[in-house]
Amino acid sequence: MAAAPAPAAPAWTPDEPIIRVTDVHKSFGSFEVLKGMSMDVRKGEAICIIGPSGSGKSTLIRCMNALVDITKGSITVENQEVNDPNLDKLKLRRKVGMVFQQYNLFPHKTALQNVMMAPINVLKQDKKEVEERARKLIAKVRLTGKENSYPGELSGGQQQRVAIARSLAMRPDIMLFDEVTAALDPETVKEVLVTIRELAEEGMTCILVTHEMKFARDVADHIYFTDKGVIVEHAPPEEFFDNPKDERTKTFLGQIL
Amino acid sequence: MACDVAPPDVIAAAGCWILDHTGVNLTILHDEFDRRRFVSGIGMTIWLSVVSLFFSLIIGVVGAWAQGSDYKWIRRLINGFIVVFRNTPPLVQIFFFYFGISTLLPSVEDDVGMRQPLFSNIQWAIFSLSLFAGAFNIEIFRSGIEAVPNSTKEAAAALGYTRLGTYLHIVLPLAIRVCLPALNNNLVNLLKTTSLAYAIAVPELLYASKNIWTDAQNVPTMMVVLLLTYVALVGVLVWAMNAWERSMAIPGFGQGRGR
Repeated sequence: MAAAPAPAAPAWTPDEPIIRVTDVHKSFGSFEVLKGMSMDVRKGEAICIIGPSGSGKSTLIRCMNALVDITKGSITVENQEVNDPNLDKLKLRRKVGMVFQQYNLFPHKTALQNVMMAPINVLKQDKKEVEERARKLIAKVRLTGKENSYPGELSGGQQQRVAIARSLAMRPDIMLFDEVTAALDPETVKEVLVTIRELAEEGMTCILVTHEMKFARDVADHIYFTDKGVIVEHAPPEEFFDNPKDERTKTFLGQIL
Repeated sequence: MACDVAPPDVIAAAGCWILDHTGVNLTILHDEFDRRRFVSGIGMTIWLSVVSLFFSLIIGVVGAWAQGSDYKWIRRLINGFIVVFRNTPPLVQIFFFYFGISTLLPSVEDDVGMRQPLFSNIQWAIFSLSLFAGAFNIEIFRSGIEAVPNSTKEAAAALGYTRLGTYLHIVLPLAIRVCLPALNNNLVNLLKTTSLAYAIAVPELLYASKNIWTDAQNVPTMMVVLLLTYVALVGVLVWAMNAWERSMAIPGFGQGRGR
């Protein structure tokens, strides 16, 4: 049977959730990591997902740009179903940028080249125009002067900011941050968080998996707390931190605050 | 022994001087015919090396990519190829193609109406040597590819790169840097293995030298010359490979020594 062309997704309008996660399950072998998570993210929101290690928070955001396939449920990005076997992954990944815990820069390219590569190779954009934009992005993440440095010559915080600029060069609508400060020392955490905060304030839709509670409280519009594969509780930050309802949330916050 | 040369030929004069004063008979210097045979022998060895080297690198790059294929049969085919070419002596491979496969192929008529084999002995030598070195190159590139962390490939995927795009733009440039020392070794080996083409009468360095020493009866002299010529040829290759390695070094990555 020939694969039928995927039905065109209904056009997305900004008053609908930009990301809609509905009852998502994910198993690795017999181990179920996500046991039915649901969330709606609206355009321009900054969402923080927090929770103990192994609770499935990283897996969840990796499902959002199809780095991980989901076992059951549905994730839509601007009404495009991510769990569709005929999904055009490039189209999805143009919309959804991602920054990783270990930066994952391309070590054989300079900071500037790292930012320029994907728009040139993947989107086939004009090199001159891309370079101009890349220089602006490097300036935006406060790394002017480091354009020609290789990742191996930059500090962790600097590398992470190049990684952010690299994702932004694809002009995404949504940015996913997977514990991006977890590998950094306390002083450099700040410089990365400043950059992310600016992005959120400019109206970029940001979804962060983080352990930075103070940052989550200051920047997030909404906080999700996950444990053992489920969303235990979610609320705006003031309510979440000052008046947690679930016992597990209280225990977790009690341990880290 | 007559050793008269025209004055402008300095090399021949040197050859004559050596012969007269030491008795060492370097016909490749003072005998024009031998000199031509020897130089064209070097030329053929370089030609075999460069062409086989080129094809073996292509086989290595494509094979290593296909080894990561999603299709089981492609992976099996590549692994089978590696087993066959790694587990058999290169001389046996050359014979297999030249005396085995070649006789099974149709022959063609040449300009004067003679039946000729479809491929010449030189072409078979290149074919055989490329596959031999290519099989090793696949394994060498694979080791380099496996050294590229999954997280780096994942970052490329998240930027919209396809598997082929990731391979060409990210994995391969990094893998080559990792496997250059091993590649270096294999290519040196390939250059030396071209001497086996002697066995199917390809007029390369060893074959030319043998013709020279049979005619001039200067076996020990030519042995030394032959040895030193290979030392020099491999020396040039190693120098070029090292220069390549240096030019590819990335500051802060692996053994990178900076720009």
